[in-house]
Amino acid sequence: MATKASRSAARLMISPAVLLLLGWMLVPLCLTLYFSFLRYNLLQIGATPFAGWENYYWFVTDPSFKAAIQNTLVLVGGVLAITTIGGLFAAILLDRPMFGTGIIRIMVIAPFFVMPTVSALVWKNMFMNPVNGIFGRIATSLGFQPVDFFGQIPLASIIIIVSWTWLPFATLILLTALQSLDQEQLEAAEMDGAGWWSRFWFIMLPHLARAITVVILIQTIFLLSIFAEILVTTNGGPGTATTNLTYLIYVSSLLQFDVGMGSAGGVIAIILANIVAIFLMRMIGKNLDA
Amino acid sequence: MGQIQLKQVSKSFGDVEVIPPLDLQIEDGEFVVFVGPSGCGKSTLLRLIAGLEDVTSGSIDIDGDDATAVPPAKRGLAMVFQSYALYPHMSVRKNIAFPLKMAKMDKSEVDKRVANAASVLNLTDYIDRRPSQLSGGQRQRVAIGRAIVREPAAFLFDEPLSNLDAALRVGMRLEISELHKRLDTTMIYVTHDQVEAMTMADKIVVLQAGVIEQVGSPLDLYRTPRNKFVAGFIGSPKMNFIEGAEGQKHGAHAIGIRPEHIDVGNSGPWKGVVGVAEHLGSDTFFHIHDTGLADPLTVRASGEVAFSYGDTIHLTPREDRIHKFDERGIRIA
Ligand SMILES: Nc1ncnc2c1ncn2[C@@H]1O[C@H](COP(=O)(O)OP(=O)(O)OP(=O)(O)O)[C@@H](O)[C@H]1O
Ligand SMILES: [Mg+2]
Repeated sequence: MATKASRSAARLMISPAVLLLLGWMLVPLCLTLYFSFLRYNLLQIGATPFAGWENYYWFVTDPSFKAAIQNTLVLVGGVLAITTIGGLFAAILLDRPMFGTGIIRIMVIAPFFVMPTVSALVWKNMFMNPVNGIFGRIATSLGFQPVDFFGQIPLASIIIIVSWTWLPFATLILLTALQSLDQEQLEAAEMDGAGWWSRFWFIMLPHLARAITVVILIQTIFLLSIFAEILVTTNGGPGTATTNLTYLIYVSSLLQFDVGMGSAGGVIAIILANIVAIFLMRMIGKNLDA
Repeated sequence: MGQIQLKQVSKSFGDVEVIPPLDLQIEDGEFVVFVGPSGCGKSTLLRLIAGLEDVTSGSIDIDGDDATAVPPAKRGLAMVFQSYALYPHMSVRKNIAFPLKMAKMDKSEVDKRVANAASVLNLTDYIDRRPSQLSGGQRQRVAIGRAIVREPAAFLFDEPLSNLDAALRVGMRLEISELHKRLDTTMIYVTHDQVEAMTMADKIVVLQAGVIEQVGSPLDLYRTPRNKFVAGFIGSPKMNFIEGAEGQKHGAHAIGIRPEHIDVGNSGPWKGVVGVAEHLGSDTFFHIHDTGLADPLTVRASGEVAFSYGDTIHLTPREDRIHKFDERGIRIA
């Protein structure tokens, strides 16, 4: 993309895709904005009068809204912490030459290809069920009271399930980044008297900073909209213990048939997501242009 | 102190023996150059001394103590890598200070030593830059700075100048030689450039396929190469080898004569046709064909000798500078 001619040619050729994407995003966005200002409930047939900020007001003052925001943050934060730290650990282990590396790598990556609903159901029925699940059986056979995962620690259980799905993603990105680290740098550090921990802290971690940024950014975007795992396991409960923002929007618009309220929630979610994105970019963006 | 002794050291990667058992003695304060063609095991030998590779058999003594099982950090050696291996996210200052920081040295002492190294290496103006903002020669100096602050027993250099352009290489060559004179520390220097070897070394170790062919001072190697390999490797342009009748006349299987030991003129025992002439200004190298000896035969003449392509030329070898070799390529005294 050096010359003026090639730049304008590039713009011209990319424009259909950009226009298509723009339409794809703009039409639903505008519709959502429009609906969010209407009193529009599918149970009340008839007029959909303009409602002003009413939908927003009721959505935000609903007690479950505060819970949903909290749950969303805990869910995103928890999964991010587990996947980044666990992914770092797994990547370092996988980077070492060992027997059967190829097969182990494929096995590590496999969870990412399992559909969220399927993985959540497998976890729910085969692992976390207090009677039939493996964890329950192990606890019983050792003489302990089995944990009722979705009853006692519902949000933590969902964090575990989602982390299981996303750990491979983090591992994969961090592993490739680790493999691009110049071995001579590590050897130089070794000659300079750095032990394993110093080599990790002063050489590997700075090298991985960019990859970690990418992992956090991409995962945050996807984790803000976690839905399937909640729907098939806890349905947002008990109470609102596992209701996140996405699930709350689903409840308003599809369980209470209040399209206006749901749209207002959607708009709030978009705004929040953008605030988080800007915040993240600011905080770690300097890693990206280094 | 920096005396290093290799005793029957060998190295294999899997089934491949890269270095058969060899002995080598490096004295304190010496500038030793390992030289040899690509893939002959120079880097491997250096890494064995550094401790970055384990020896397959044999032992390495540093200052009289067995260091074979000592980890690299504890050997008291500093290495400069071919790729420099600077830490990209640290400033020049932090790069140079890194080994001292790892040694948990006092902050004020670290600052003093870093400032000192930076001024010795002319890096003071760049001290807060990142390695990516430096030129090749400056990066090279940072790598050397990182090595000298530790005041190691010996420096190990693995082809440190091969990424630099020709002019800078000559400059850095001098700087490293000067550094050696000033610090008076043992240096082991790997290169495949025989000019670097000749100009810098106190002692040259010529390697071929992991085997030490000869050890000696640059002039020793130049005057009395032990075999044809060393004779051909040291000196530029290469020595001429002549087999057959001319060899028999001297009672040898083959004789060798360096281009600079053949005089050109309009009379002489050998005769040939001038091919390509390489004019360097001070010298001219003629490639001579149809001599019936070696093809082509290279001779050096002073820069202003005028022979042109296709001319007939007469050559006189200096008898006392003829090297004689037997069938196995070993020098006959
Ligand atoms: N880790 C390794 N595993 C297997 N073989 C290796 C390894 N490292 C080096 N070798 C082999 O050992 C031989 C010597 O390699 P080395 O790097 O010491 O050569 P060198 O003399 O430094 O060459 P150059 O001038 O090209 O740097 C080569 O044939 C190389 O293929
Ligand atoms: Mg090498």
